[in-house]
Amino acid sequence: MDIQFTEEQELLRSSVQRLLRDQYDFDARRKIVASEEGFSRKQWKAFAELGLFAAPFSEDVGGLGGGPLSTMIIMQEFGRHLVVEPFVETVVLAGGLLEHTGSEEQKQGFIPDIIAGTKTWALAWTEKGSRFELANVATTARREGEDYVLSGEKTAVIAAPWADYLIVSARTSGHRHDRSGVSLFVVDRRATNLDLQSFKTIDGRRAAEIGLRDVRGQLLGKEGEGVAALEACRDRAIGTLCAEAVGAMGELNSATLEYAKTRKQFGTTIGSFQVLQHRMVDMFIAHQEALSLMQHLTLGLSAGDAGVSRLASGAKSKIGYAGRYIADQAVQLHGGMGMTDELNVGHYFKRISSINIQFGDPAYHLLRYAQLDAAA
Amino acid sequence: MELALSPEDAAFRDEVRAFIAENYPAEMRVANPETDLSKEQMLLWHRILHEKGWIAPLWPKEYGGPGWSITRRFIFEQETTRAGTMPPLAFSVTMVGPVIYTFGNEAQKKKFLPRILSGEDWWCQGYSEPSSGSDLATVRTKAVRDGDHYIVNGHKTWTTLAQHADWIFCLVRTDPAARPQSGISFLLIDMKSPGVTVRPIITIDGSHEVNDVFLENVRVPVENLIGEENRGWTYAKFLLGNERTSMAGIGRSTRYISRLKRIVKAEIPADDPAHLEFVRDIARVELDVLALEATELRVVAQMARGIDPGPAASLFKIRGTEIFQNITELTHRAIGNYGLAIREHPVSANHFMPGPDHGHTASEKYLNSRKLSIYGGSNEIQRNIIAKAVLGL
Repeated sequence: MDIQFTEEQELLRSSVQRLLRDQYDFDARRKIVASEEGFSRKQWKAFAELGLFAAPFSEDVGGLGGGPLSTMIIMQEFGRHLVVEPFVETVVLAGGLLEHTGSEEQKQGFIPDIIAGTKTWALAWTEKGSRFELANVATTARREGEDYVLSGEKTAVIAAPWADYLIVSARTSGHRHDRSGVSLFVVDRRATNLDLQSFKTIDGRRAAEIGLRDVRGQLLGKEGEGVAALEACRDRAIGTLCAEAVGAMGELNSATLEYAKTRKQFGTTIGSFQVLQHRMVDMFIAHQEALSLMQHLTLGLSAGDAGVSRLASGAKSKIGYAGRYIADQAVQLHGGMGMTDELNVGHYFKRISSINIQFGDPAYHLLRYAQLDAAA
Repeated sequence: MELALSPEDAAFRDEVRAFIAENYPAEMRVANPETDLSKEQMLLWHRILHEKGWIAPLWPKEYGGPGWSITRRFIFEQETTRAGTMPPLAFSVTMVGPVIYTFGNEAQKKKFLPRILSGEDWWCQGYSEPSSGSDLATVRTKAVRDGDHYIVNGHKTWTTLAQHADWIFCLVRTDPAARPQSGISFLLIDMKSPGVTVRPIITIDGSHEVNDVFLENVRVPVENLIGEENRGWTYAKFLLGNERTSMAGIGRSTRYISRLKRIVKAEIPADDPAHLEFVRDIARVELDVLALEATELRVVAQMARGIDPGPAASLFKIRGTEIFQNITELTHRAIGNYGLAIREHPVSANHFMPGPDHGHTASEKYLNSRKLSIYGGSNEIQRNIIAKAVLGL
């Protein structure tokens, strides 16, 4: 059950660690976030050169065949360094959908550019009022010749301002909330009649509100079966977001422990107070449990276990609550310093908060986990 | 959730599973085995395991253990708890036994170990005293040397199942002048000795599990001293380490969650305003168990590869007990008004219990399991251990 990493996986981990240690410390990240574009094309290129974008894809499409275990390794490290570049959006979300549902032509046409780091992607599935329901889609698509034209609005699409392509969910039949009738489309982000309003997110990224007025799109996967594809995509996304959260939680715990050992009040280090010791023990336990559950999920995703979607919801919920607990306590134990923009602690807090919103919050997934229980 | 098992280990798992199914005594499947069985009934399964050679998984082969790997020990633990079998008496098999074969002399090993394995001797633990709870090093029970005997005087308390015991292993003070930890010895005392009195303590669930044990001028042969005089603290700490190894209680919690789900389904209609809260609470505690189980498997796999788990046992004790307390509390809440009633002990009195069968032990389990966060080193003590040993605070 404990993952005994192969030599290749250890190599992947150590090379990501080295790259981030050398080029992605907190100051470097701050500059990237404050830059005009908001992410670093230089870093993106460095990630590509290291083979990170090839790692999870199967050999058939030019990847290294590392699967969910490789993205787990990468995302734990990205979580520790608060990497803002759209790895999840491009490689895990779009890359995964292309690999699992795309035609041969689409795979050959799009995946090599993802692996090479020359194109970035975003997934546009959320709409006003849709909250976390994948089937709640009002955007429409109708057939026009070889292509489709899409109309509607997508909201809070993370990494869209950086993207070359979007994958957009739109309804080809049925009514809003219907499970069937939703289809996925590849849309050029610079297409005519695509209106994009960029904004900054709490965790230093960029997202956009997107308006589509008869925008041309290319069908991805089978018409009307987009929800199932999105569900599988969400399971994979949850795996990577949980790994990232676990990485961030580990950093928060180390930072808090270090602070408690050096910060003096009332003539002694605050780490000598039992109430704070016990708090940090609970933070430690929460992290250990989150790590175990995250690894368990990753193994389930790798094996393609039947119940993995329920497990993904369970992990998203449990790790989400654990992350919030650790982040809350890390800020609390750092006192006023934890509130500052200057210290990294608050930035981990914000990233964990953002992870908790993406693809459904802990409360949503707790109920989904319960509803998928055959015994209840 | 399963460990990735080799074909041999998988075959072993199937063997254990089949052995339990064929041999676990039907007589022991009662509503609440921990309180409802007589001493003789509790020993039925013990004797079956002894005959099979499986009674003491932890023990080295030379003393009568089965010689299992860490993985097999874990499989056995997992299968027996999943099947809801009653574990053999821990005070005998997992506590005093290892102390005797690790620190005892040849004569002691020869005398005591076979009788522990066979179930002939029932042991209880003489650690806590009225003024020594979590702070065990302050024990005051005195043992004064008199020729080839010690004269023991003192008062032990919370002594579990002392009413059945043939022997008690005690921490006694042999050097009142030394530092608290340095003046303690580890003494084995025959419960039939003159001057030993057992007085029941009835706990809030109405059961008789724990006792006061009074020791008045009890003469104990010097040959019953384990190891060296005044080194008892070392042996006591060794024993406590063993005590906390299997406290995650995954199998038990999993069984109780299944029962809780059945009760909620039967007792709480979907339009009850509390229904959704139960659904959430059950999902939450189920995920707690899943995360702890994944952690346990991670630690076991690491141990099998020779990695020291450190104070992982404290983590399992804390979370395992918190989780089980939570499950029993939810179950008690789920039976609603029937939660007012409690069975009388002993159960053989056969008093009237209202409400559906599945709820009959909910009240007593809920009440009884409050002890879990207190015994075996309170959960606060466990947090102190992790703070010191893992976090370096």
